[in-house]
Amino acid sequence: MPYLVHVLVFVLFPVGFSFFLTFHNWNIIGPMEYTGLANYKRLVQDPLFFTSVRNTLVFLLLHIPLQLILALGLAVALNRQVWFRAFFRGAFFMPVVVSRVVVTIMWQQLYGFETGTINRWLGVLGMERIGWLTDPAWAMPSIAIMATWKNVGLYIILFLVGLQSVPPSLYEAAQLEGAGKWQQFRYITLPAIAPTTFVVVVLSTIGGFSLFIEPYVMTGGGPLNSTLSSVLYIYKQGFFYYHMGYAATLGIIFALMILLVVFVQRRFLEKNRP
Amino acid sequence: MKKVFIYLLLAMAALMFLYPFWWMIAASFSEERSIPTVQFLPARFTVDHYIGLFNSIPALRALLNSLFVSVAVTTGVLVFGSMTGYALARHRFRGRSLIFYIIIFTMTLPFQLTLIPNYILMVKFGWTNSFAALIIPGMLNAFAILLFRQHFQTIPQDLIDAARMDGCSEFRILFQILWPLSVPTLVTAGIITFMTTWNDVLWPIIVIREENLMTMPQLITLFAVGGRSMAQIGMKLAGATLLAAPILIAYMIFQRHFIQSMAAAGQRE
Repeated sequence: MPYLVHVLVFVLFPVGFSFFLTFHNWNIIGPMEYTGLANYKRLVQDPLFFTSVRNTLVFLLLHIPLQLILALGLAVALNRQVWFRAFFRGAFFMPVVVSRVVVTIMWQQLYGFETGTINRWLGVLGMERIGWLTDPAWAMPSIAIMATWKNVGLYIILFLVGLQSVPPSLYEAAQLEGAGKWQQFRYITLPAIAPTTFVVVVLSTIGGFSLFIEPYVMTGGGPLNSTLSSVLYIYKQGFFYYHMGYAATLGIIFALMILLVVFVQRRFLEKNRP
Repeated sequence: MKKVFIYLLLAMAALMFLYPFWWMIAASFSEERSIPTVQFLPARFTVDHYIGLFNSIPALRALLNSLFVSVAVTTGVLVFGSMTGYALARHRFRGRSLIFYIIIFTMTLPFQLTLIPNYILMVKFGWTNSFAALIIPGMLNAFAILLFRQHFQTIPQDLIDAARMDGCSEFRILFQILWPLSVPTLVTAGIITFMTTWNDVLWPIIVIREENLMTMPQLITLFAVGGRSMAQIGMKLAGATLLAAPILIAYMIFQRHFIQSMAAAGQRE
């Protein structure tokens, strides 16, 4: 079974080795030094670690609601008899298939302060220019907006599949009972697509913890570390400073956070199911 | 009235998704100094950025590297993924359910956990700066195995029994009888694997340092980040356009397959 060998070497062994590494100090070249819990102690006192957690939260708090509203809204609009439906679907989905590098380079120019397209339009509308990538308060939200643009096409498709699986007889029955459009949406559609909503929230969460190339190319983690993401921090510790032990510790803690957040989201969904 | 509103909304949204692509392509064909004025058409049309790009970084080489790595990984995933999926779906052996649980377990593992140890593994194997590091760890994945397992479970046992009676080896059953019946599954697993491999950039940045071995996303990233593209927006955009072009062309031809495959992958999580 080649699979067994592969999974042992590239998945199970690394998981074990990762835990082993967290108790050591190692720069790959020199000898490994046993340090006990020092890496964990360091993590609790590391301000940059907390910054990266906070940045991820900022990202998620903006990205998830934006994503849900846009994806569901456009899916509802597409889920009826409209002309050019395939064209619209195809257009919304286009950013999904290209590399994050492409999207990042493209948006870096759109976000430019002096001459960027977005600021120029704001000027046309008579608004102040925004330092999308240079203002610490705006940098992470800018990345969240860009990530929404990149991924929302996929979630539109998922919601469309979910919407089409709702039996039409339910709506007919509700209409006979005299329920309005909004009530139908609130009491039939939303509960019926709850599983899809959960998938979208989970995928967005994982995405938030996986940000790397976006800040790496656009801001290098700045300004003032306001876009330092979890993976970028692991990368810096591991491949900039060669603190392999500490980088592995960060990896484990972030992985546990993802699993925890997803677990909480699942509990929340199950509790709120009618 | 309501109809008009919906079309207006959809058209505006479509514009928002298409315009940045259009702008990127138009700007990549514009003279450097006039890029800030580009709105819809290239300003002072030029192909200098593309020529400059090929002269200053090995872009062609990187495109070929990307193609080679993506094809190799995709082939590996289809061959080994279908073998493992077939074994799990159609053979009884000791530890089968254990393996199944291991697969589920690996799917839930965030990649942050294995990034560092996997890199150290590459160093110890002496695979850094080689295609082996880009290809071999990606050659099998849990998603493809589950996809094939699920599909093979729907194939009637009679068919497999009949083939065995005729003296077919397990390999011939899989590749000559089951594969032709599994085209949609092969397409789904193939598209997903090819696209993720083609677009991946974090792993190549970590294991490859030699410019001649770099994949296209990595080369363009390092070009955009490093000092060489200072104030050369046109070349950056030309690089991004070149990186996007192959996958966008494939997408326009096989749009339906792309969307269906990605939707199938998304729902599995």
